[in-house]
This record gives sequence, C-alpha cells and structure tokens, in this order.
Amino acid sequence: MLDNVWIIPLIMAVSYLLILFFGRRLPKKGAEIGIVAIGASFILACITAVQWIDKVEGAVGKEGGGHSGLAALGHSVVAAATGAPEIEPVVNGFTWWQNNRVEFVVGSRVDGLVVMMLFVVTLISLLVHVYSTAYMHEDRRFTHYYAALSLFSASMLLLVISANLLQLLVGWELVGLCSFMLIGHWWEEKPNSDAALKAFLTTRTGDVGLMCGVIIVFFAANSFDISVINEYALSPEANHGLLQWASIALMFAIMGKSGQFFLHTWLPDAMAGPTPVSALIHAATMVVAGVYLGLRLYPVFWEGFSIHAGGMNMMAIIGGVTILIGAALAFVQNDIKKVLAYSTISQLGYMVMALGVGAWLGAAFHLFTHAFFKACLFLGAGSISHSATHHSFDMREMGGLRKPMPITFWTFLIGTVALAGIFPFAGFWSKDEILATADQGDFQVFMIVGLVGAAMTAAYMTRCVYLTFFGKYRGHHHPHESTPAITVPLVVLAVLSLVAGLIQSAPFEIKKFQEWFEQVGGLPEEMIVPKFDYGLAAISVSLATLAIGFAAFFFFRREERGALKGLTERNKLAHAGYRFLEKKYYLDDLYEGVIVSSVKGPIARASYWFNMHVIDGVVNGVGRGAARLGRWTYDVFDQDLVDGAVNDIGRETAMAGGGMTKLQSGRLQRYALLLLASVGIIGLAVYIVNIA
Amino acid sequence: MPINYFLILSAFLFCAGAYGVLARRNSVLVLMSIELMLNAVNLNLVAFSTQVQNVSGQVFALFVITIAAAEVGIGLAIVLLIYRNLRSPDLDRVEQLKG
Repeated sequence: MLDNVWIIPLIMAVSYLLILFFGRRLPKKGAEIGIVAIGASFILACITAVQWIDKVEGAVGKEGGGHSGLAALGHSVVAAATGAPEIEPVVNGFTWWQNNRVEFVVGSRVDGLVVMMLFVVTLISLLVHVYSTAYMHEDRRFTHYYAALSLFSASMLLLVISANLLQLLVGWELVGLCSFMLIGHWWEEKPNSDAALKAFLTTRTGDVGLMCGVIIVFFAANSFDISVINEYALSPEANHGLLQWASIALMFAIMGKSGQFFLHTWLPDAMAGPTPVSALIHAATMVVAGVYLGLRLYPVFWEGFSIHAGGMNMMAIIGGVTILIGAALAFVQNDIKKVLAYSTISQLGYMVMALGVGAWLGAAFHLFTHAFFKACLFLGAGSISHSATHHSFDMREMGGLRKPMPITFWTFLIGTVALAGIFPFAGFWSKDEILATADQGDFQVFMIVGLVGAAMTAAYMTRCVYLTFFGKYRGHHHPHESTPAITVPLVVLAVLSLVAGLIQSAPFEIKKFQEWFEQVGGLPEEMIVPKFDYGLAAISVSLATLAIGFAAFFFFRREERGALKGLTERNKLAHAGYRFLEKKYYLDDLYEGVIVSSVKGPIARASYWFNMHVIDGVVNGVGRGAARLGRWTYDVFDQDLVDGAVNDIGRETAMAGGGMTKLQSGRLQRYALLLLASVGIIGLAVYIVNIA
Repeated sequence: MPINYFLILSAFLFCAGAYGVLARRNSVLVLMSIELMLNAVNLNLVAFSTQVQNVSGQVFALFVITIAAAEVGIGLAIVLLIYRNLRSPDLDRVEQLKG
C-alpha cells in the first residue's frame, strides 16, 4: 500500500462519478456507494498506516536505537534525539510533462504526516457519511450531496498525498470548490448562497498567496518536489530573502484556508451548510489544509520566518491573535454552530501559533486530536438540531436536553472537556505539547497567550454546554434521542476524544505519535523536543478547571435567581448585591457572555464590531472596487474596444457581402459574361505588363 | 499561306461562339455556340502545329474533339432535363440559384 497510496483518492473520485450518474436510480439514492467507497478508503488508509508503522518499528528494532547513517548526515537530529533512525518517505510518480529540463511529476508521497492525515480524513469522512444518511434524510438534493462529499474527500486525499506543490495546488483548489458546493447546498435561500460565495472568495484571496508562494519557491529551489524544496530550505546555500517572501505568501494561503485572522470571516458564515459538512470542513478537510501546508513545507517557514531565532514572527503572532479573537467572539454567539465555528478559528490559531513557535509535533498532534473532538461537537450540535429543535441552532431554544438526549449529552460533554484541555482527554496532551515547546523555546509570550486561550475556551464551552443541556427546555418541540446512524459516530468520536491523546503522553513514557508520525524526511535539526513540564501542565489544567468552575457557578446561580429574589426584597445589602447581579444579567442578556464583566463584554462586542464592520468593510470595499474596475473594463475595454473592433469587422464583411449578392443573379449567361470579361481584363493586364 | 488567315478565321469563330453563348436564350443554341468556340480553338491548334512542324498540336486537337463529344453528351442531357422541368429550353428561366 505504501507504493500505491494513490488508489485511496481514486476510489473517492470514482465514487463521485458513480453517484453522480447512477445515484438517483439506487434504492438509497447513492449513499451506499459513498459509504462503501469511503469505508474502503478508510480500510486502505489503515493498512497504509499499519505498514508505515511496521516499517518504522522495524527500522527501530534493526538499528537498536542507534544513530543511522542518515542521522549522521545531519538530516534528523529530531529522530536522533528520540533514538529512532530516520525513515525515508516513500515517493512514487511519473512525469506528467516536461519543459526544457524542468519535469512536472505527478506522484504520491507517504510519510508519517501523510499516514496520519489519511487516517484522520478517511475516518472523519466515513463517520460523516454514515451520519448524513440520517441527518440529510429526504433532502432535496440528497444524491448531489453525497456526490459532493465524495469529491470533497477525494480532493483532500489528493492534496494530502501530493509529492509536489503543483499537485497540492490542484487538490487545494478542488477542496475549495467542494466546500463552496457544500456550504451552498441549500442555495435557494440567499444567505446560504452568499455564505458559499464568501467562503469561496475569501479563501481564493488566500490562494493567490499560495500561487505566489509556489512560484517563488520554484524559482528558489528550482523544483516543485516537496523533498527537494525542504532540503533546499535547510541547506546553507538557500536564498533567505526568497524564502522569506515565499513564507509570507504561503502564510496568506494558510490564513485564507485555515481561517486565521484577518481572513477568518468566512468560517462562521460557512455554518450555513449542512452540519455534517461543517464537521467535515472543520475537522478533516478544508481548514486543516492550511495547517497541513504549514506542516508540509515546515523548513521553508522555519528558515523564512527565522523561527529558530525565537522571539516574534509573523506566523506565531497571527496564530496568537487568532486564538484570542476567536475565543472572545465565541462568547457572544447565540448560535451553537457559530460558537463551535469561532472555537475552530481559535483552535486553528493554536496550530498556526504552534508552527510559529517551532512546535511542529505539537501542531500535527493538535490537528490530530482536534479533528476528533471538534467533529464530535459539531455532530452533537447537528444531533440536537435534528432531533430537538427542528433545524434551529439557536441556543435560546435549547436547554435541559440532558435528560431526553443522554448519548448526545455525554458525547458532547466529552468533546467539550477534550476541547477545554482537561487531563487526561485528548486536547490536554496536544495543547500541553504546544505550550511546553513555546515555553522551552524562548516563546514565553505565546505560552501565556495559549494559557489565556485555554481558559477562555473552557469558559465559553461551559456556557455552551449549560445553555444547551442544563436549565429548562425553552423550545417548542419534543426533544428525543437521535437514531443510531447519528449516535454511533458520536460515540466513536467521543471515545477517540477520550483516548487519542494517550498515544503521545510523556508522563507514561508513550511517544508513539512522535515515533510514528514525525518521520517526514527532513525537518529542521534545531527543533526543540519539549520535556514534559508538570508545573505547566498543572497550571493549564487548573486554569481551565477554574474557568469551567467559574462559568458553571455563574450559570447555576442564575438558575436560582427565583430563590434569591425573596431575600433581596427583604435585605438591603442583598438587594444591592442583587441589583449588581441583575446588572450583570442585563449585560449577559446583551452579549450572552459567561465571564461577562464591564471589561469583557465591550471587548468581545468591539472585536465583533471590528470583525463585522472594519474587516468585512475592507473585504467588501476591495470587492466593490474590484467590481467597479471590472465594470469599467467591461464598458470601455471589452464593449467599446474589443467588441467594437469585432462588430466593425463583421459589419464591413456583411456589407461587402450584401454588395456581392447582386452578382449572384442566378443567370448562367451573366456568369459567363463575367467570366469572359475577367479573362479579358486579366489578359489585357498580362499583355500590358509584358509589353512594359 | 500565312498563319494570320487561320488566326483571323479562328478569332471570328470564337467571337461568334462567345456571342452565341452570351446572347442566345435557347439552351440548345448555347450548346452549339460552345462547340463553335471549341472548334475555333481546334483550328488554332492545327494551324500552329503546321506552322512549327510539330504533330502534337494535331493530336491535341483530336483529344479536344473527343472530349467535346462527351461534353455534348452531358450538355444535351442537361438541356433535356431543363426542358422537362421548366417546359421550355429558355436559359433565362434557370435562375433558381439566385443569391
């Protein structure tokens, strides 16, 4: 399988075509093709992973933990630090076309990162496929939905296995296209098609950066091949200036695709799509594509942004700002999916910041764990809207769903705790990896940002859980538990959210994630392998617990307001306290904040305002300017100049033709006369020429 | 005998033929006029052939006569069809291809 990994995306592509052409005629409207295809892909991905792990383990056993020859060549101090030898990635390909000594290759590449991504993408996609059979039941375009899901998975898998940047670009664009199709699945409603367009155009803005980055990298390294580029970036003869520009351009691509500040505005709007699609976009495809690019071309960023020097760099700053902005915005949302969307932005900020502070492993690990718990949360939200609120995501219509929906509740709770980073759930381990690297790698500022972000995450997720599952039911329907097609994926994801982090848990001496998946061939040598820091872990967990406790206290006290009332009317001091609390509730009603204080609310509101007006304004302004330029070009250049010239030529031809029709009298003898006359004139001309 | 006599006769025949082709309405007469033009050319060929003492001109004339026979065959067939379709041999009425 290591050599033939291209089969996996091919299966999904074939499935796309089959569903498109034959799906309607099948009893399950094409869902069965999709599920079988993604199931097969998942099995193949698992086989690939097992073979890769075998290869790594075999090499470890053979070398006996010593340094391999490659390590001695300086390719892998990271590997050497863990005592494992470097495993070369398996690259296959054939020449697509050739142009003056430059070869363009299509091929597959299998290394630790690819294996990990294949597993995550196919697993989440499989669960989403299963889940959708219930969630999208009797949808208007059920078959098209499944076709698009297949194509989405195919494009993401193509992107993941690409051995060169051109192929990656193709996958990248296809992913964007599919997300456009799926976000706008219910395009009959204007906001949905607007959201799809916004997602497409915003990510396209970033894609310009990718295009520029790929071109710059090509001229620097003279190749599209990922191994060659990474090797070039780390070699002493690398052109630092070019790499710097390339990293900035590629950073734009990451910002667009992975929803980093200030190109993140499309992500919350993308909630207009069906919920399983949101889960897929946020956990496995689309947004992780940006982070994957960062992981894939890490040496370029490492050198381009001089990450080894410590201190500040663009990548870490953007990631850090995104963590805080995303988390602050999550407080003021009433829509459960928007809370999760801003949470995703914040968590993607974590990954990008991790890349920025040199925590390659942390970023990859967080991508891995985040996929599970975020998919779990999204599918949980979908389960609620499907079975309790009739496709509403407004948390004001939820509440008290703990009793009627026990499975959804428990899985959602596990996802929340994992996201908040509580020991020993998945999020704790990956977050800790990032924070420890930031701390030990001279990036203390970003460690603090990460800690604050973790506390905020815990608080807004507590608010979300409280509003959804506790208190009284505020909707007007009859909530009940969802069908197994929905609950089984939830349970699977919840179990993974619980245990996925343990494969890289330093205190238990388990470093399997690093051992298996950090083998990507040529990471920077100076990268720090963080030691597990009990103090830091304790701080982050206690901060998160504190935030949860505070938020929970706040909300459960609100529930007891009725009991407080009698007291406040009798006691003056209590009355003042009540007024104070009530004022707080007043703010709460305004912003729906958890730790809402006189400072917190306005900040969140201001950043939301900034988000909606300034950033959207700039984006809209650019859009409007572009539209005006386009209109001008259309009027002046296209209509007058080009069309004018074309029309004039046409008109002249028509007129000339009209004149000539008079000659076509249909009279044989007139033709003969013309013939004779022409021959006579030509003869005369030849005669005159000959004489002269 | 100077060659000019032949050439003048041939030119006269050709002009008479051309006039017939251009001016006559009856398609049979047009066909006959074409024959006149062809024979004018034949006369030229034979005259030049004796002038330069080369027999290939006369051979060519024989070929032209042969082709002309075939041409008359086709021509008469066309004339017959025109007559059948239009109930008249008049060439002016054959103007269905008018642009």
